[in-house]
Amino acid sequence: MTKQMSRELTRQQYLDLYYYMRLNRAVEDTMVKLFRQNKIVGGLYSSLGQEAISVGTAYTLQKKDWIAPMIRNIGALLVKGVPPRDIFMQHMAKYDSPTKGKDGTSHFGDLDNLHIVSPISMLGDLIPVMTGVAIGGRYLGQKVVAMTWIGDGGSSTGVFHEGLNFAATQKAPFVLILENNLWAYSTPVRRQVPLENLADRAKAYGIESYIVDGNNVVAVYTTAIEAVERARAGEGPILIEAKTFRRLGHAQHDPAEYVPKEMRAYWEARDPIALYEKFLTREKLLDAAGKKEIDEKLDVLLTAEREFAENSPMPPAEFAQGGVYCTGDDCHKIRAKWERSIGEVTPPKSSVKPVWTVPGFGSGRGSGGADAPIHFGDTPAVMEKPANNSRPAKVAAKPVAKGAKKARAAAASASRKARR
Amino acid sequence: MARANGAPTNGSAKGGAEITFLEAIRQAMFEEMERDSAVLLMGEDVGVYGGAFKTSEGLLERFGWERVIDTPISESAIIGAACGMSYLGLRPICEMQFIDFIVCAFNQITNFVAKGHYLWNAPAPMVIRGPSGGGVHGGPFHSANPEMYFIHTPGLKVIYPSTPYDAKGLLKAAVRDNNPVLFFEHKFLYRRIKGDVPSEDYTVPIGKAVVRREGKHLTILSYAAMMHTSLEAADALAKEGIEAEVIDLRTLLPLDEETILTSVKKTNKCLVVHEDTKTGGIAGEIAAILFEKAFHDLDGPLVRVTSLDTPVPYAPTLEEHFLPNAKKVFSAAKELARY
Repeated sequence: MTKQMSRELTRQQYLDLYYYMRLNRAVEDTMVKLFRQNKIVGGLYSSLGQEAISVGTAYTLQKKDWIAPMIRNIGALLVKGVPPRDIFMQHMAKYDSPTKGKDGTSHFGDLDNLHIVSPISMLGDLIPVMTGVAIGGRYLGQKVVAMTWIGDGGSSTGVFHEGLNFAATQKAPFVLILENNLWAYSTPVRRQVPLENLADRAKAYGIESYIVDGNNVVAVYTTAIEAVERARAGEGPILIEAKTFRRLGHAQHDPAEYVPKEMRAYWEARDPIALYEKFLTREKLLDAAGKKEIDEKLDVLLTAEREFAENSPMPPAEFAQGGVYCTGDDCHKIRAKWERSIGEVTPPKSSVKPVWTVPGFGSGRGSGGADAPIHFGDTPAVMEKPANNSRPAKVAAKPVAKGAKKARAAAASASRKARR
Repeated sequence: MARANGAPTNGSAKGGAEITFLEAIRQAMFEEMERDSAVLLMGEDVGVYGGAFKTSEGLLERFGWERVIDTPISESAIIGAACGMSYLGLRPICEMQFIDFIVCAFNQITNFVAKGHYLWNAPAPMVIRGPSGGGVHGGPFHSANPEMYFIHTPGLKVIYPSTPYDAKGLLKAAVRDNNPVLFFEHKFLYRRIKGDVPSEDYTVPIGKAVVRREGKHLTILSYAAMMHTSLEAADALAKEGIEAEVIDLRTLLPLDEETILTSVKKTNKCLVVHEDTKTGGIAGEIAAILFEKAFHDLDGPLVRVTSLDTPVPYAPTLEEHFLPNAKKVFSAAKELARY
């Protein structure tokens, strides 16, 4: 674990972090109200007390970088530029929401502008997906970093391992934030993972890791910016364990009575926004007037956003039918954005050295040739004599053509022979 | 490139060549990667070794390490990463070393890749291909026909060709398609089947079946290796005066209902032959379509000739018993023709 905490932020950056944490909490407070008014269609999942992680990590990214949030990473969506109305409408299943009512909560994305990959409930699946985004971005010369989040619970999935291991072998520009909030639904972290620090999982992949106080937004930011820059520079994937606590239940329905009182009290006293306000006041970055200004700004913004969301209609029933397949260019013009010379990866130049290398792994050769033995499915002739005298059956590509009958007979005879 | 019924018009074009089924797949990948630098190949042992079946032989030398990627043994990571790449406008091809292993990535495919366009407007142009099917004594974990797991998943396309011409043309079409396409390659056909392919670029449309043999007494629907078995049976039936119309489905999702219905409305009898096991196989789905849309045209029951409802057994005697063969198709068809 390497850690440098000396990076200075500008005044504006300090205030941005504060604003986004406040916005994150205010958006979720509004949704709790909507939930109690029965305006939210499904469940509501809270990130209360974890705002510093979503905000502090996403704030390190450039516009071109990619994120794939988990359901609780509302703060990361806001930092990336998602308007609160989209989050409200998603939860309310409205027709103007990003998924137009086809999915709920923070399950939406934006491939074209904000570079957000939609969450999936099967945790861990986004780790290989974002590894692919990272490798693909490198291939296209875009110098992007891909970031996703996982919980203490999700770190036990098979795809966590497959994805992180693949990212490590590829030295992918990928940053994984492991939010250890101590609880996976009702199961405490100790029952899930026999490790003191989940960051230790990084050792298994030969990658760098950091541990950070997830309730200290400045610590989260300074750690994450270092990780992001190292990943962008080609040092490979980095794992950050942010230690925190899930203040509410798994979702609104869950009173989380399984959480010990002392544990809750400890973490409630370490609220990330309250801690940061103290810091900002001490450093004279925020005063009562400044705070009031933000209160009012949030109030005006969220009133308008909520109103817009509430006025949006439900999707028409028949909208359920369409959109399963992309119908082609009229539907999506899929074009890679090259930021390097295509010539470098196009023959004849493409057979040159890669931009990354694996030490000790040379450019070996296969066993070679079109007649090289294959795992199963060789014709007996090829297996005995790997030369050209094997004469597999010919099948006419043209369905009902003259001479096809002869070809079919040959195929049939081969089929008979092989089936015997 | 194709007639309305999907039949290729130039299967034996001059200047083309006769190649194996396996070579057709290699050529399709080679030519697509040559044509478009957004096309990449990922999989286990696809690079230096050229693939367990040599389908990617020579690709690494031609296209380099960034485009031909040897991966860890991690099917979910391969599929997931390909999906991520596709979001950037790339068109990755994923090889499953044996198609049996595709189920290791089942969640990634069915829950994430397939649902993306419907849920959040995210098309995933990617191909998942690999050697499938039995008859080569590969045993229970190297002989699978897992198509039906995926045909039950809206958002995917599923292709299962039987000739080199179709394999090459459909794989090219799959690479150019904006949706996730599963491309099954019957390994029994790899080096046993040869056919002509044209020298120029061509594609075969996804979702179109083709009439391989015209007939009037009954319709035999099949695909992949069983296509050849069905044609063999049709030859034998012809000697007894029964003219079977044999249709190669080629694409299983979306299914070409029009070609199926046109034929069955003509012959009034339908036999489905597939190497997949019986319960939940595509024959059941076809039966339902016929009952819905051609009930009054049927003069006999829908008959299924399929593998047994067991895992694929290893011993040649057991596997031979497990699989359909021309004799079984012949007997079933003869029985059906009596109606």
